[in-house]
Amino acid sequence: MTTTSVTMEDKQGQWQHLYKVLSKPGPYSDEDWVPGMETVKALESSKILGAGGLGCEILKNLALSGFKDIHVIDMDTIDISNLNRQFLFRQADIGKPKAEVAAAFVEKRVKGVKITPFVGKIQDKDEDYYMQFKIVICGLDSIEARRWINSTLIGMVDPEDPESLKPLIDGGTEGFKGQARVILPTLSSCIECQLDMHAPRPAVPLCTIATIPRQPQHCIEWAHQIAWQEKRKDDSFDSDDMEHISWVYNAALQRAQHFHIHGVTFQMTQGVVKNIIPAIASTNAVIAASTTSEVLKIATSCNPYLENYMMYAGEEGVYTYTFEAEKKPDCPVCGNLARKMTVNADMTLGDFIESLGERAEAQLKKPSLRTEEKTLYQRFPPQLEEHTRPNLRLKLRELVEDGEEVAVSDPAYTIDFRYRLNFQ
Amino acid sequence: MLKIWSMKQQQQQAENAEGAAGKKKKKVTAAQLRVQRDLQELTLGNTMKMSFPNPDDILNFTLSIEPDEGMYKGGVFHFNFTVNQNFPHDPPKVKCTQKIYHPNIDLEGNVCLNILREDWKPVLNLNAVIVGMQFLFLEPNASDPLNKDAAEDLRSNRDSFKRNVRSSMAGGSVRGVSFERVLK
Repeated sequence: MTTTSVTMEDKQGQWQHLYKVLSKPGPYSDEDWVPGMETVKALESSKILGAGGLGCEILKNLALSGFKDIHVIDMDTIDISNLNRQFLFRQADIGKPKAEVAAAFVEKRVKGVKITPFVGKIQDKDEDYYMQFKIVICGLDSIEARRWINSTLIGMVDPEDPESLKPLIDGGTEGFKGQARVILPTLSSCIECQLDMHAPRPAVPLCTIATIPRQPQHCIEWAHQIAWQEKRKDDSFDSDDMEHISWVYNAALQRAQHFHIHGVTFQMTQGVVKNIIPAIASTNAVIAASTTSEVLKIATSCNPYLENYMMYAGEEGVYTYTFEAEKKPDCPVCGNLARKMTVNADMTLGDFIESLGERAEAQLKKPSLRTEEKTLYQRFPPQLEEHTRPNLRLKLRELVEDGEEVAVSDPAYTIDFRYRLNFQ
Repeated sequence: MLKIWSMKQQQQQAENAEGAAGKKKKKVTAAQLRVQRDLQELTLGNTMKMSFPNPDDILNFTLSIEPDEGMYKGGVFHFNFTVNQNFPHDPPKVKCTQKIYHPNIDLEGNVCLNILREDWKPVLNLNAVIVGMQFLFLEPNASDPLNKDAAEDLRSNRDSFKRNVRSSMAGGSVRGVSFERVLK
């Protein structure tokens, strides 16, 4: 094996550790990979987007792995309770936006790294924004946000432009448990394909809460869901408003006393209404390390990447298991991507539906159709059929924009079809 | 990185370069698509009707139930359904818009039905929910109460519970609480 010696402008030896990995092949390196300067340069120019609660760890790891153009999105501000594990923040930073403080801290500590913060939601940005990145790495705190970024990245894949495919590395932790996964949009199993794996949050039956609470949490749920609605109908509940939490806490406390239940505390009230599961610093560190090393491997090809799901359980000892999640053929996001269909814009919707019945691959007999905005034609229930029947006589151009997506479902098929209609 | 892009190209060639997507427009969401499908597969019979205040928005609608047997026969009960973009991972939210006397529905309109909360699974569909709702009117359940007074009445004396149901449906009061008239 030849050891390529790389001479680079690294006078302090800041990146020595990295060059060791990137300057010589290992036993598992990709055959096509050429180690050396070119890889390092490619790495330095990779735009990476990170977001979310694992952010501190991820940002630090990316910066120390040699990525030099990193963007970070986070909508939160720093709270005193973050300081035990989110080590980029200090007491004086409380109340400031996490993204900005984290970016400034890492830029200061790791010379030569550029970090661009954005304070807001990932949903505030559109496809044009996400298109500028090479890889997206996420430590999001909700399934909803994961589904959003997943479907956005899958929707961006343009078969004629390979660079539109942005690998998504997703990390998540809950107490002592965590997961890391690699998603290659449209190529491998996506977040939507794997949705069934998430156990829904255990919910307590509403009747238990309403009638016979047994635990302090039941009293809090009662105050939060039932008493609030009765007494403060006009205020919409805000879990970040201290007055609201106090009100719920006091209501819960009274109810608990009435049922001789002990243990309702202010902190527990906050935990129950905000669905808080304690975050463990070491779990975050393990998962962030896993996700960031996947980013490094994918960006450089220096070693094989994770295929494609790693679970970590740290409650008793340390246990990890890696497996390949499969694509779901009928996945509503990546299973049936929109096919292009060229149509005559002056055709009526009724004629278009009839033509769907004649198409070999579809043969749809009783389809219902919609766009994101409009219900075009819905066969059942009758009230909706009546409303949408007049559309059958309208021309496509009056209902659909050129290039817009139409989703078709038919009771005869278990999968749905998506077509992107291009006008002749 | 390049490796992944060439993988995509290979996949594309294999699929015979079927469709090059043009400029991206808004896509139908997974929740919308699932509701479109669920609606088509509903069995409403003649005891249930749906209405859509905005027919283009199929995620928000009302369901009216007119039980044709049981203690609630003769009444018309309206429920608001709100389906969020996380459907079918999240259950639909269902609320009765009238103030009615029912052991499993409180005076605010909250409904205690297991599949709307603790037993919801993404494989369940809207039909399962409306069948469950209809069942609540055929067989009110005293062991899962949300309106404790009504449940207590049902448990202790079925006949007087029936009378209470009739008078509440006519717009009368039960135990000092007045109810909305829901008779056809």
